Amino acid sequence: MPEQLIFAMEVTLNGLMAGVLYALVALGFVLIYKASGIFNYAQGVMALFAAMTLVGIMQGQVPFSHLINAVFGGHITHFGWTVPSFVAIALTVGVMVLLAWLVQVLVMKHLVGQEPIILFMATIGLAYFLEGVADLMWGSEIKTLDVGLPQGINLWIDETTFNIFGYGFFIDNLDIVATVIAALLVAGLVCFAQYTKQGRAMRAVADDHQAALSVGISLNFIWVLVWSVAGFVALVAGIVWGTKSGVQFSLSLIALKALPVLMLGGFTSIPGAIVGGLIIGVGEKLFEFAIGPMVGGATENWFAYVLALIFLVFRPQGLFGEKIIERV
Amino acid sequence: MLDNTGSYVTEDGRTIGGVVMEMKNITLRFGGVVAIKDISFDIREGEIRAIIGPNGAGKSSMLNVISGFYVPQEGEVLFHGKKRPPMKPFEVARQGIARTFQNIALFEGMSVLDNVMTGRLNYMKTGLFAQALWKGKAEAEETANREVVEKIIDFLEIQHIRKTPVARLPYGLKKRVELARALAAEPKLLLLDEPMAGMNVEEKEDMSRFILDVNDEFGTTIALIEHDMGVVMDLSDRVVVMDYGKKIGDGTPDEVRNNQDVIDAYLGVSHD
Repeated sequence: MPEQLIFAMEVTLNGLMAGVLYALVALGFVLIYKASGIFNYAQGVMALFAAMTLVGIMQGQVPFSHLINAVFGGHITHFGWTVPSFVAIALTVGVMVLLAWLVQVLVMKHLVGQEPIILFMATIGLAYFLEGVADLMWGSEIKTLDVGLPQGINLWIDETTFNIFGYGFFIDNLDIVATVIAALLVAGLVCFAQYTKQGRAMRAVADDHQAALSVGISLNFIWVLVWSVAGFVALVAGIVWGTKSGVQFSLSLIALKALPVLMLGGFTSIPGAIVGGLIIGVGEKLFEFAIGPMVGGATENWFAYVLALIFLVFRPQGLFGEKIIERV
Repeated sequence: MLDNTGSYVTEDGRTIGGVVMEMKNITLRFGGVVAIKDISFDIREGEIRAIIGPNGAGKSSMLNVISGFYVPQEGEVLFHGKKRPPMKPFEVARQGIARTFQNIALFEGMSVLDNVMTGRLNYMKTGLFAQALWKGKAEAEETANREVVEKIIDFLEIQHIRKTPVARLPYGLKKRVELARALAAEPKLLLLDEPMAGMNVEEKEDMSRFILDVNDEFGTTIALIEHDMGVVMDLSDRVVVMDYGKKIGDGTPDEVRNNQDVIDAYLGVSHD
C-alpha cells in the first residue's frame, strides 16, 4: 500500500476522533436550541466553568478564596482534603443543576416571549458573567484535570497497524475514551428524550408552548431541566477537553469550534451535530494533510469556517436541519 | 362532593348532575378594553354546555379564563364548589381541565400516538431516576397509559394514522387528534374552542357525532364555543349567549332561540 494512503488513513482516524470532541460541544447548543429556541452563547463558558468547578472540588479549593481573603484577611486557599473524582463529578453535576435553576429564575423567566436576538444577547451577558464568576471562584491559573481517564498512545492499535501496514498509527487513548463517552452520552440523551416522561414533556415544550401548558406541563420546570442537561453535557465536554489540554480560559473558545459544526449539521438536529462534527474533524485534518504543505500550513485554523460559509450559501439549514419555509 | 340540587334528566335519558364549574361575576379587561363584563353561569356534571355569540363577543376569552390562560380582574371561579385561586394554565390542566384550541395547538413534530400520550403525562408518577434504575415499574406504567390512549384512538377512529407525524395530517384529522389528546387526560371538564371551525359539512357532522359520543360514553362534561348557531343547538343541553362581552341569554336551546336579545344580536337590529 502506498505510504501516502496509509498516512491519510491515520489522519482520517484522528480526524474522526477530533470530530467527536467537536460534536460533544455542539450537542449542548442543539439541546437548548431545540427546546427553547435560544442560541446559548454561554455553552463554551459553561464547559469551562464545569471543568474549573470539578478541579476545584477535587483539589479541595475554597471557593471565592481570593475574595474571602481580601475582605476578612487571612490566607486560606484549600480545605486541606482531596475529593475522589467520581464524588467530585457528582457534586459538579449538582452545581450545574443549581446554575441551570439560577439562569432560569434570574434571567430567562423574565424574557419569555422576547425576540430570539434578545435571548441571544442575554446568553452573551451570561457568558461573560459566568467567566468572571469562574475566575473569582477558583482563580485564573491553568490547572490540570485528571479524573483517571487513560492518556497517551494506544499500544494495541500501534502494534496491530504496524503488523499490517508496517507503520504504527498514533491514536491517543483519551480520544478513544472520548468517543465511547460521546456515544454513551448521545444514546443516553436519545433514550431520555424518547422514553421518559420528562423527555416527552421536553419535546412537547420544544414543539408548542401553549399546547404543552394545556396538557399540564410546567414550562419553568422543563427549561430548568433543559439547562441542567446542557450543563451536564458541558461538564462532559469540559472533562474531556480539560483532560486533553488543561483547564484554562481558552477552553471556553471551543464554543467557536462548535459553530461551524452547527452550521453544517443544522441547529436542530442531534444526529446533525454528530455528523457535522465528524465532517469538520476529518475535513480539516485531511485538508491540512493534503493541501496544508502547499499553502504553508495552519489551515486547521480557518478550514472549518470556510466550509461553514459554503454551507451557508448553498444549504443554510444545514445537512439535517429543518428547512426554513416562510409562508406568505 | 357535588351539590346535586338542580340536577335533571335530559330528554334522551342522561342524568345531569351538580355544578362542576361556576363562574361568578367575571370581568376581564385588556387595558381599557372590556372583553368580559360581569358574567355568571355554571356548568353541570355530564352536560354539554355551549357558549355562543357573534365574532368578538368574548367567547374565547371566557374559555381562556376557565382554562387559566387569562386571569380575570374581578369575579370568582369555583371548581367543585371551591374558589380557585389565580393559577397557571398547567396547574389548571393538572386539576382535570383539558382543552383544545381554535387554531390547533398540536406537537407537529411528534406522531399522533406521541401527541395523545402527552395527555397522560400527569398520570405518570415514576420519577426520573426510578425510570432509569427500575425499568419494570416504568414499563408497567407506560403500558397502563398506553391502554387508555389506544382506547381513545380507537374511539375517535384515528388508528390508521397512529404513527404519522401530525404535521402531515389534514386539518380535520388534526382537530380530531387534538380532541384525542384532551380526552387522554380523562378530564373532569373538557373545553373545546370552536371544534368545528373551518370544517366542511361532512367533517362537522363527524365532529358533532364524536362530541356526543364522548359525552355519552365517558360521561365527560363538555363546554364548547361555537359561532355557528345551527350546530350548537343540536348538540348542547344548555347555552350561554354572549355579545359585546355581556351575557344576553342563558338556557336550553329552545329558550335561547326564542330570546329577543339573542335574535337581535344575531340578525342585527335597526337603530333608528
